[in-house]
Amino acid sequence: MDLKEKLVTSFLAFENRVDVDSPVHDIRNEALKTFENTGFPSKKEEAWKYTSLNSVLKHDYSVFPKQENALEYKDIKKYFIHDIDTYKIIFIDGKYSSHLSQVTHDGIDVCLMSSALNKDKYKPVIENYFNKIATKDSLASLNTAFSNEGAYIYIPKNKAVEKPIQIIHFSTGNESAVLLQPRNLIVVEENSHVQIIERHQSLTDNPVLTNSVTEIFANKRAIVDYYKVQNDNQNASLIDHTFVEQKEQTNCFVHTFSFGGKLTRNNLNFYQNGEHMDSTMKGITIIGDKQHVDHNTLVHHIEPNCESHQDYKGIFADSSTGVFNGKVIVEKEAQKTNAFQANNNILLSDKAAINTKPQLEIFADDVKCSHGCTIGQLDESALFYMKQRGIPEKEARALLMFAFSNNVLDSVKIPELKQRITKLIANKLGVNIGFDL
Amino acid sequence: MLQIKDLHASVEDKSILKGINLEVKAGEVHAIMGPNGSGKSTLASVIAGKEEYEVEKGEIILEGEDLEELAAEERAHKGIFLSFQYPVEIPGVSVTNFMKTAINETRKAKGLEDMPAKDMLKMIREKSELLEIDRKFLSRSLNEGFSGGEKKRNEIFQMAMLEPKLAILDETDSGLDIDALRIVANGVNKLKSKDNAVVVITHYQRLLDHIVPDFVHVLYNGRIVKSGGKELAHELEEKGYDWIKEEVDA
Repeated sequence: MDLKEKLVTSFLAFENRVDVDSPVHDIRNEALKTFENTGFPSKKEEAWKYTSLNSVLKHDYSVFPKQENALEYKDIKKYFIHDIDTYKIIFIDGKYSSHLSQVTHDGIDVCLMSSALNKDKYKPVIENYFNKIATKDSLASLNTAFSNEGAYIYIPKNKAVEKPIQIIHFSTGNESAVLLQPRNLIVVEENSHVQIIERHQSLTDNPVLTNSVTEIFANKRAIVDYYKVQNDNQNASLIDHTFVEQKEQTNCFVHTFSFGGKLTRNNLNFYQNGEHMDSTMKGITIIGDKQHVDHNTLVHHIEPNCESHQDYKGIFADSSTGVFNGKVIVEKEAQKTNAFQANNNILLSDKAAINTKPQLEIFADDVKCSHGCTIGQLDESALFYMKQRGIPEKEARALLMFAFSNNVLDSVKIPELKQRITKLIANKLGVNIGFDL
Repeated sequence: MLQIKDLHASVEDKSILKGINLEVKAGEVHAIMGPNGSGKSTLASVIAGKEEYEVEKGEIILEGEDLEELAAEERAHKGIFLSFQYPVEIPGVSVTNFMKTAINETRKAKGLEDMPAKDMLKMIREKSELLEIDRKFLSRSLNEGFSGGEKKRNEIFQMAMLEPKLAILDETDSGLDIDALRIVANGVNKLKSKDNAVVVITHYQRLLDHIVPDFVHVLYNGRIVKSGGKELAHELEEKGYDWIKEEVDA
C-alpha cells in the first residue's frame, strides 16, 4: 500500500478520535477529497520542478503514533531557548506534552489546537479564521484533512506579549518512521505584539516526515515576529506551509534558518489586505552532504502603500541543492508598492547546485520592485588576506560565510535566539570562533 | 633572520623570479626597488606563501626554518607580515573582530589562551592612537569603502597589533598623501626594534626619506642586480632605472 492509500484509509480511524459533527470536520472531508484527487505533487508540476519527494515518500510511515512517549527535560534542554522565560507548547511524536509545556489562558491564549477545536468558547475564532488562508493544494489539504493538533495562539487587542512563545515538535524515533501533521493557528488582534519560535527536532535517525500548516492573522497595527529554526537530523524532512494575512499598518517578519534535515520545503505566503504595512521574509540556508532546501515564497500586494522585503542567503557545500522561488504579485490597485527581493548564494563545491527563480507579476504602474540573485564562490583574495593575518583556512572561510549571511542574523530581535543561531552556524561550519562581528 | 637562496618562482608557467639571493638580519631595514614588472610584488607574495605561486627552486629560511612546507597562516604565525599593496575589502567583518580573530588564532597556534578582552581593548586603543585612527573606524567593515590612505594606515595598524618579526611593506606609499605618508612611516619607525626587521618594497624613493633603509636592492627582471646603501635610492631617484637596465642588458 503506498502512502497515499494508507493515508486515505486511515482517515476512518482518524474519525474515531475527533468530533465528526463539527463544521471543521466538513472542511476536513473536503480537504481529504482534494488530496485524494491530486495525490502527492510530482516534479511535473512547475512549483515542484526542482524538488522531488520520492525519497521521502518511500518510507512506511506510521500515521498515528501508537504509544505515548515521554522525554526528560534535561535530555532535550539544548533544543530550547532556556536562558530566558518563555511560553512553551511542546509535542512529542505529535502528542501534547503537558509536563514540558508552559501554556496560558491568562489574558492571552497560548494552548492547543485540539482544545480550540473542541471547546465552544473558541468557536467564533475557529469559524472566522480556521483554514481561511491555507491554500487548497494537495499537501496543505492533506494537513487540513488530518488537522487536530498543534499550537493555538490568540492574542486579544492591545497586548504586547512579554515573553516569546516556543513551539517545539519532538519525535522520539520509538516507531520506525513517523508522519507528523501539526496544524497551528495564530491570531493577533489590533495593536498587539507577539514573538514565536518554531522548531522540529527528531531525536534519532529514524525517518520523520512533517507536513505542517500554520495560519497567521495579523490585525490592524499588530506586530508578528516568527522564527523558524530548522536544524533537524539527517533523516528528518519537513514540508512547511505558512500563511500570513496582514491588515493595515501591520508588521510581520518570518525568519527561516535552515541548517539541518534531509529535505526541507518552505512554502511561505503573505497576503496583504490593507494599506501601509510591511512584510519581511529572511532566511539563511547552510547545508551540505545531500541535503536539499527549497524556499517557495509568495507576497501578494493587494492594496496601495505597502512594502515587502525578502532577503535569502544560501551556502551550499558537497552535493547539497537549493531552490529559491520567489513570487511577488502587485495588483492593479496596489500603487506605491515597494517590493524588494534578494537571493544570494555561495556554492562551495562543483556538485552543489541552486535553482533560483524570481517571478514578478506587476499590474500597477507606480511601484518600486526589485529583485537580485547572485551565485558565487568565496573570494580567494580575501581568503589569502585573512590567512596572511594568521587566520587558518577553515576559520577564514567560516568568517567569510558568516559575514555573508550576517545581515539576516542582524534582524533577529531576541538576543538569546540570535546567540543560539550564531552557535548553530559555527557548528555547521565546523569552527569554534566567536562571530561577534 | 631571513635568508633567501637562489629563489626561482613562477605563476601559471610564467617564470618571474629567476634566482633571488637576499639576507635580512634582525634590526635591519631593507628596501627593494625596481621598475614595474620586475618581480617585487611576486617576491612579497612568495615569502608570504601565496599558493598561486610555484617555487621551482631555492629556499626561503626564517630563523633557520625552511618555509617551503608552511601554509600562509603558518608563516604568519611564525611572524611574517605582509602589508598589501591592494588590501582586500571584506564586507561584514569589522576591523576589530578581524584583529581579535587574527590575534587569537595566532595565540592558539602557539598554544596560548585567547587574549583577555580587557587587554585586547587596551592594545587596540594604544595601537590605533599610534596610527591616528579614529575609534569609530574600527567598527567599520574591513577596508570596505576605505580611502587609499585609510587602507594603508589600517595595514600598519594590523602590523602594530600582530607585532611581526619580519614585516614586508608592499608599495605602502602608493596612494598616500603627504600626511598619511608621515603617519604610516612614523608608525613603522616606532614599531622597529633590534629584534625585528622590515623589508620596504617601493617604486619611489619618497617613502625612504621617512623609513630610512640600511640596504637598498634593485630588482630587475627577476633578479637583484644591484645592492647598496641608502644613497643608491637617491641615485635611482635622480637617474631613473634606465641606466640599471642598460648595465644589466649589456
